[in-house]
Amino acid sequence: MTLALDATLCGLIVAVALATVLGRGVFRAIVFFIVYGLLLSVAWVRLGAVDVALAEAAIGAGLTGVLFLAAVGKLARTGAEAEPAPGRPHLPAALACAGLTGALAWAWFALPEPERPGSDLAAALPRAGVENPVTAVLLNFRAWDTLLESIVLLAALVGLWLLARDEDWHDRLGLPQHVRPGGVMESFGRLLPPVGVLVGIYLVYIGADRPGGAFQGGTVLAAVGLVAALAGLIRTPRVTGHLWRAAMVVGPLVFLAAGVAGAALGAGFLTLPEPIAGGAIFAIEIALASSIAVTLAFLVIGPPERGHRR
Amino acid sequence: MGDLATYAFTGIGLVFFAAGSAGLLRFPDVFSRLHALTKADNLGLGFIALGTSFQAGSWRDVALLALIWGLMLLAAATVSQLIARDALRERDGE
Repeated sequence: MTLALDATLCGLIVAVALATVLGRGVFRAIVFFIVYGLLLSVAWVRLGAVDVALAEAAIGAGLTGVLFLAAVGKLARTGAEAEPAPGRPHLPAALACAGLTGALAWAWFALPEPERPGSDLAAALPRAGVENPVTAVLLNFRAWDTLLESIVLLAALVGLWLLARDEDWHDRLGLPQHVRPGGVMESFGRLLPPVGVLVGIYLVYIGADRPGGAFQGGTVLAAVGLVAALAGLIRTPRVTGHLWRAAMVVGPLVFLAAGVAGAALGAGFLTLPEPIAGGAIFAIEIALASSIAVTLAFLVIGPPERGHRR
Repeated sequence: MGDLATYAFTGIGLVFFAAGSAGLLRFPDVFSRLHALTKADNLGLGFIALGTSFQAGSWRDVALLALIWGLMLLAAATVSQLIARDALRERDGE
């Protein structure tokens, strides 16, 4: 029975992936891409990787899908040609993708068979400061990767803001939203945030012991902010807001500070010694979650645009 | 007894999902397709949540299932309203 389920799931994933790449129309491709992300997260649950499933559903399917949809909407608004000419594949793009796929396949075959991390990880886990092995790996044993990931997010936002025009720089982020007062969208925007904030904070907090963490919780919090902004309940901030800029960098900063503290205590940069590991990871998680939430929400809202001034 | 209830309720839920999917594929316009889809989401997911709650180990899990269903109702109702309004505007050629 479970074999039938897994086989169906695998078949669906491959079929939806093909539909994403081969189907006609950008909008259709995006919809299939979102479905693909959701199916992948079901597959991660079947593999027992709930942390990855949460991240895939929230970031891979949800947030990336919204980013794509926003990009298509923007292309349509500016009158740019979003649809490629039918029937003719884009040869350089196809070659680049085929090359990347080939390189990944080669890497997969060339790498040595990974040993199950069980025994090493189980031996090291008591010194990690947290009980969730995924969080221990992300924020302690392989902290470099996570630190760089959080900085990449920041760099992406800086790159996006570079697209703003000079005369728009002091306007609010994104386009203003027009909603009917007391309408469906506004009511939704009022009802969802209390539950969403609770779920987001819970996901960050529980990350130390069980599936969850800064990335998953931060994405949920970003989504809550986006819903409130779309419903016209909050006005988007400005690029020049110091508090928001501070929120964007506090995650990487706290992470770096914890890394330096590790070096000062003699354990080495980004190696958290056992006495401070638990507290440091908790601080990093909270700071990272706020940075991730703000940065992701700003990425979706887009650079400042004219239109807020009447 | 609990297993029997699970089979019965998830079975009913699946019927709603199947009917909703058929409607989504077969109905002629946006509004009737939305009707089919939201019925499947609301009632289908409700019955599946009800069925699986007989397998839940604790009342906490039952409450979580109910919360998920409630959020889904809220989201489906809102999204279908927004899509329908957009389709109306498009049809009236604004």
